[in-house]
Amino acid sequence: MTVTALPISPHPAVDGGLRLEVTNVKPQTDSIVSITLTDPSGKNLPSYVPGSHLVVQYGEEGVNAYSLTGSGNAPSEYTISVLRVEEGTGGSMAMHRLMVGDRVFVSRPRSAFAPASTATHHLLVAAGIGITPILSHARAAADRGTTSSLIYVYRPGAGAHVEEARQLLGPALTECRNRETFQQVLNEQLTTQGVGTHLYVCGPIAFMDSVLDLARDLGWGSARLHSEAFGAAELDDGEPFMVNLVRSGLRLEVPAGTSLLDTLEKAGKSIPNMCRKGICGECILPVLKGTPQHRDLYLTDQEKAENTTMMCCVSRSEDPELELDL
Amino acid sequence: MSTTIDNDTDITSLPDRIRGFPFPFSGDTYRYSANVQPANNATATAVGSWGAGVIDIDEFYLGEIADRDRILKRDPSRIQVLPHMRPAVWDTVATLLPTMAEENPEIMSFQREGNNCRWQNKLQDLDIEFTVGVDDSLPMGPLRFLGTQIQDDIVLLDVRDNTMWLDAGLVSFAADWSFGFDVGMSFQEIHHPVPRVKEERIISRAEQFLLRLQPGEQFRRTNWTMTIGRRLDTSTETYPEWGPDRATIANDPDMPDKLHLRVEVQHLIRLPHTGVLLFLIRSYLLPLRDIAQVPAWRERFGKVLAELPDDMAEYKGIIRYRQAASNWLLSGQ
Repeated sequence: MTVTALPISPHPAVDGGLRLEVTNVKPQTDSIVSITLTDPSGKNLPSYVPGSHLVVQYGEEGVNAYSLTGSGNAPSEYTISVLRVEEGTGGSMAMHRLMVGDRVFVSRPRSAFAPASTATHHLLVAAGIGITPILSHARAAADRGTTSSLIYVYRPGAGAHVEEARQLLGPALTECRNRETFQQVLNEQLTTQGVGTHLYVCGPIAFMDSVLDLARDLGWGSARLHSEAFGAAELDDGEPFMVNLVRSGLRLEVPAGTSLLDTLEKAGKSIPNMCRKGICGECILPVLKGTPQHRDLYLTDQEKAENTTMMCCVSRSEDPELELDL
Repeated sequence: MSTTIDNDTDITSLPDRIRGFPFPFSGDTYRYSANVQPANNATATAVGSWGAGVIDIDEFYLGEIADRDRILKRDPSRIQVLPHMRPAVWDTVATLLPTMAEENPEIMSFQREGNNCRWQNKLQDLDIEFTVGVDDSLPMGPLRFLGTQIQDDIVLLDVRDNTMWLDAGLVSFAADWSFGFDVGMSFQEIHHPVPRVKEERIISRAEQFLLRLQPGEQFRRTNWTMTIGRRLDTSTETYPEWGPDRATIANDPDMPDKLHLRVEVQHLIRLPHTGVLLFLIRSYLLPLRDIAQVPAWRERFGKVLAELPDDMAEYKGIIRYRQAASNWLLSGQ
């Protein structure tokens, strides 16, 4: 067993997810490894939207998001590719220590970089490890009979999944090994596409920004531009805070990644609730002191500004402590 | 004649159509709300429960499917699939058939190897093999086929440009709306005629909620209206057949047997592979006579009908008879 083997309990970000087994570890380059995960019971895994990511837990505390590289159609396995980042928080190092037979907690696949169903052609642009969700898009487009082309920028010797991209795309793949060639190719592609083409870009943030800026300058509307933004569709874990329940005389800590509603329920409080997503309005609570961090869709802007109520399923606190009439 | 429920023995003697009915009112008044909750949770009622699974199969299964078949033959506009929605239709088939097999293992089974599938349904003596993605591998195509397997109407909303578009569906049992008219519309456009909801921001909140659902997530809500006769197709297209009854039912001596509370259990499912929003609408009809067999329902529904504001009663098309219905329910006959 390694330190990256299955921890005792799942992190809140992967709670309700899957417990998978590493069935293959394959080096792609000196610093990128592909890891294949399957259900130990042999069942098929949930399908996913092309461009989705998995949140993977490492150790007791850490979680990282990694793009899935398959088409997402009724997969029997999930494959992620991980770039080793020496100065990172340790997640990628932990991933690189995984061995066949290890078990990991992962979330269900999450979609934040979906293809447009109405696109007549997908123009895919990837730099470095950004190839991972782009490969998923290329595979799904082939599955669905939509055409795609790929511009892939990577440093010599550092290109992951190059062979797969070549087989999948043939002449529709343009490989660039330096910035100058890339700018030329990109310019040419952006000025020759039909209006039904959608652009998908993944890579370092500065790289994505420059591609999107150029596309906009050349007249591409924002509805046709797609870029990977990990976790943009979901609420973040938030900071821990304290709640003081005045009528009950209870003081509770709400940890990061755990909702106030969950915390209250764990403490034996019964709070009316329905959607647990900040829309239905059932779990409204009166606030006596402190400024809630409103993250719901229920309260009006005016109600939010008054700070006298909050929806405890999604909202948190701007202050270290909130006082509730409970 | 109605019977009175005094104890548990009487509850168990009630027919399944009452014990499994999704009685929608939790108070003596009703207003629109974004009343969504997670799916796959049995909700208890005064005499039973509903909603343990996603696809409910009841005693009306074969009859409703035959009814749908007649409707579609007469009016093919009730089924439409814009070309970019084909993958979403297959995503729906590949999601719902396994769900049905899981929920009803004694009558249904589903196996899948790659894209090759086998579906068995003992209720229809059906054993069929098909290939996901190949439209002519299922009789009449995948959406039409699915419409022969479930009682629910099916609506598919594509998610793009930060909103949703009604771009495919099979709707044979519309309650006073027209699927053919709404195809291609955005979520806001579809809900434009509903009173109050714009002022109360319900539609924009619901839209944001649905846009944020992650693939694989499943929620549900209920909606209700009233229907005269045991008739599921009260679409705009067939209005001349059912509309006139609204004017006469209040004075009809058979009102308690003809007038039904109609409840829609709507499932909201973000499909796993396409991310398209699947909207299932399952309609239940229960005559006032049956509602009166449950004293708590008789009283509550009677009060809801009496209190309902006129604009809502008008939109639901019940304004001309809701007082008569309320009076009958509250009189306890």
